[in-house]
Amino acid sequence: MKFTTLLATAAMTLGMATAGIAQDKTKVGFVYVGPVGDGGWTYEHDKGRQAVEAEFGDQVETVFVESVPEGPDSERVMTQMALDGADLIFTTSFGYMDPTINVAKKFPKVKFEHATGYKTAPNVSVYSARFYEGRAVQGHIAGKMTKSNIIGYIGSYPIPEVIRGINSAYIHAKKVNPDVEFKIVWAYTWFDPAKEADAATVLIEQGADVILQHTDSTAPQAAAQDAGNVITFGQASDMSEYAPMPRVSSIIDDWAPYYIARTKAVMDGTWETANTWDGIGPGMVKIGEISDAVPTDVKEEALAMKAAIADGSYHPFTGPLKKQDGSDWLAEGEVADDGTLAGMNFYVEGLEGEIPQ
Amino acid sequence: MDLSEINPVLLIASLMVAATPLLLAAIGELVVEKAGVLNLGVEGMMIIGAICGFAITVETGSTFVGFLAAALGGAVLSLLFVLLTQVALANQVASGLALTLFGLGLSALMGQSYVGVKPPDTPELNIPGLSDLPVVGPILFSHDLVLYFGIALIAAVWAVLKFTRVGLILRAVGENHDAAHALGYKVIRIRVLAIMFGGACAGLGGAYISLVRVPQWTEGMTAGIGWIALALVVFASWKPWRVLLGAYLFGGITVLQLNLQAAGVAIPVEYLAMSPYIITILVLVILSADKSSAPASLGRIFHASH
Repeated sequence: MKFTTLLATAAMTLGMATAGIAQDKTKVGFVYVGPVGDGGWTYEHDKGRQAVEAEFGDQVETVFVESVPEGPDSERVMTQMALDGADLIFTTSFGYMDPTINVAKKFPKVKFEHATGYKTAPNVSVYSARFYEGRAVQGHIAGKMTKSNIIGYIGSYPIPEVIRGINSAYIHAKKVNPDVEFKIVWAYTWFDPAKEADAATVLIEQGADVILQHTDSTAPQAAAQDAGNVITFGQASDMSEYAPMPRVSSIIDDWAPYYIARTKAVMDGTWETANTWDGIGPGMVKIGEISDAVPTDVKEEALAMKAAIADGSYHPFTGPLKKQDGSDWLAEGEVADDGTLAGMNFYVEGLEGEIPQ
Repeated sequence: MDLSEINPVLLIASLMVAATPLLLAAIGELVVEKAGVLNLGVEGMMIIGAICGFAITVETGSTFVGFLAAALGGAVLSLLFVLLTQVALANQVASGLALTLFGLGLSALMGQSYVGVKPPDTPELNIPGLSDLPVVGPILFSHDLVLYFGIALIAAVWAVLKFTRVGLILRAVGENHDAAHALGYKVIRIRVLAIMFGGACAGLGGAYISLVRVPQWTEGMTAGIGWIALALVVFASWKPWRVLLGAYLFGGITVLQLNLQAAGVAIPVEYLAMSPYIITILVLVILSADKSSAPASLGRIFHASH
């Protein structure tokens, strides 16, 4: 009798203790597509996670799983996180979209945040950054600086996010250099340094002297450095270790303020489904320092464009613009609406090749 | 579309570079499997080789010492597999998978201070006269030494397996370890040496990625090449020259498809992207229509009391 009472008391104390801990700490999970040391995309998300820890200290516990393949396996990882008591889970790649929705259905009390997707649910928000604003600035510098008039572009997957970037860079390169030509290579991976380096090398061999990348590692930077006289731009992260050449500028994703705000909302109980898409203005997209390899006048023009995008006076997709097939898209002065941009599946006029379907 | 933009000489030269990591890792694994051991830890040993080679090259400034360290690093990591499978008699599949996971984690830890560091250039062969020849020069005479070493290693493994007593013993251990044991051969010792050789080769392959092909250190940078090496050994029916052929086909088509994409050839990109895998498998499957099969003791645990 005494023994069972003891056991029961112990069990109760234990139960209360764990419950106490669970109430105190908000657990935030992160699912990453690459390793945290990729120097690009995942690296920046992990900086955001660290910022959440720094902001809330003992009030939060963060967990992450890196190099999670897009597709069914990610569902297993998310489920495990939810079972382990996560209150908020950030899934940080486009290919986690359907898995996130599926897992969210099973855990209605857990909040999910999916990066770069478009499917929401009562407990699933989506968030992304307007990378195309940064691509416009890149395109301008690239168009001004190319001597061979060939710009190489390493795409990951043919999804709207990547196609938007290609279009935005092309429009602004073409504007300052009518002879410019884009060579696009699809790597079909977000992270594979060897393949990314191969792709960059191939583009350079075929005459490109500017390499733009939409993959996550710094490998193309290394390949460009090796080739010499080729310029690149940091992608997702500053990649400043390759400045001033080949990296002449960069697009930096700053997720920290968003992650802190959303974690706070979960703590306060004010979290609601949202669709966030912020750009240079709110600071989610930053332009990395433009290095001395860029002529002063080009640098000033680029900074002026950045300022105009930030204050809303210029939209990178402003008409007149036509689609690749020659049909009209935007009339003079008209700007693209977010719906079209979010689902963009066409090239603008002048780009060659077809988008893989 | 403009095929003239593809320079065949540069293409062949770069396919040889792209194929070398795969070639090195696969020939090592071939020897391991010939000895009757299935080590799925190739990816882990490669990535350890990649960081060991990179770190030591950066510290000493010598790529030669770096590659040596990479081979050593891969071999040392493979000792963990030895401990698990040859001493503790653990399951080889599980141990190999564990080795890969461990290698990926350990390399990330070791590499933390090497992110963004540029390694010294790997010296390339430059024979006055020969290296300057048109076409033949860039293809045959202007690579780094490791690339030639890889090809020489294929020839050496082939010759040793086919013509020497050592090769015969190794194959005997792999085909029937009980019979080999009854004949007085030290099955475990031979397997340990084979596993370490495999580790060293995988390490070299990894370092080739971090020092020559990319050249930089990034976590997880082998990105699955170890797994392709494992598959390649099977599709090459455990024959060294077919490993060479398979690796060059795979590397070649990988580079070729990127070239075709950049030149704007009107083949759907999805087909181009999958072509290295499909064509390599097809060619090797057709070649292996003869009766070559896996070593009979592959993956089986040996204990002298059985």
